[in-house]
Amino acid sequence: MHELSLCESILQVLEQQAEAQQYRKVKTVWLEIGVLAGVEVEALRFSFDVVTQGSLAEQAKLEIIDMPGQAWCLPCGRNVAVQQLYDLCPHCGSHQLQVNSGDQMRIKELEVE
Amino acid sequence: MCGICGCGESHSHSHDHDHEHPHDHSHDHEHAAAHAHAPGLSPKRMVQIEQDILAKNNHYAAENRHYFGERGILALNLVSSPGSGKTTLLTETIARLKEDIAITVIEGDQQTARDAERIRATGVPALQINTGKGCHLDAHRVGHALESLQPKHQSLLFIENVGNLVCPSAFDLGEAHKVVILSVTEGEDKPVKYPDMFHAADLMILNKTDLLPYLDFDSGQCIQYAKQVNPRIKILPLSAKTGEGMDSWLRWLKAELELQGIVYA
Repeated sequence: MHELSLCESILQVLEQQAEAQQYRKVKTVWLEIGVLAGVEVEALRFSFDVVTQGSLAEQAKLEIIDMPGQAWCLPCGRNVAVQQLYDLCPHCGSHQLQVNSGDQMRIKELEVE
Repeated sequence: MCGICGCGESHSHSHDHDHEHPHDHSHDHEHAAAHAHAPGLSPKRMVQIEQDILAKNNHYAAENRHYFGERGILALNLVSSPGSGKTTLLTETIARLKEDIAITVIEGDQQTARDAERIRATGVPALQINTGKGCHLDAHRVGHALESLQPKHQSLLFIENVGNLVCPSAFDLGEAHKVVILSVTEGEDKPVKYPDMFHAADLMILNKTDLLPYLDFDSGQCIQYAKQVNPRIKILPLSAKTGEGMDSWLRWLKAELELQGIVYA
């Protein structure tokens, strides 16, 4: 979803940081994307190449770090692994799950010059 | 609100860049010398960023939330697929509530001002945002809409998002609640097919219940799917057309106004 907007936001961060961190070119971008974040990674890669054309991040490599989904199961009283927002608890079958990790979309670090 | 706005950004940005060029140069030298890096090269290095991709939107959303809090405005973000009956729900709600509290509407659509015109016909101010190629409203555009709309203190603001069950789920606009509208003509499995939106919403309105006798729609199954995706979600079945169930929706709105300390007649 909206991968183009996400890439525009990423480029804005890269441009802002270029002044603060004193770099002129971005070679690699590491992103942490949660499996529950609703981001289609292939669409993100495609959009990233389009958005960064002619920018300081042109031809930069995009490295995606998949972050696992995790939720707190109320009946079990512990964290369990989930792949989808509609998953049931793998231990007790309850849907009383509060997602507490795996919905993040973060720029983690950059390789720059 | 736009002391921090990105609107003039590209202009000042290119300006800064030209300007700082000679500065950058001398800086580089000092830097290289201090760290004894290979001189003359521009070495690759790592920079830790640790920044949320949506940080900018979230920053504007926080500004909007502060704006609503200061003025006593209950802001609701209405989301759904196209054709679920959001605008009809709004015009019917406004007709029942406009004597009790000041209401303002922000309308998001890709094109045309049709929805804003329908809202204005009810006698309340409405502003249309056309997103063009965009698939969702973002907090920045909503912030600008607030500047021109100037909603009253102690009022109710509806933001009718672009009809889309996917993208608007990720963009906080500063609202108190996302309200997802699902019409019974759409199929009971929408909550599990589009889980992000139902996960992000606090209230689900099951609209067009007057059509239930003509459909195979299984309301119980639909509610179960919605609860599976989001155990906290509240559900109100209604028909904006016949008015059945509208009272419960109005009671929910009034309870929310009270919880925020907003005065209504």
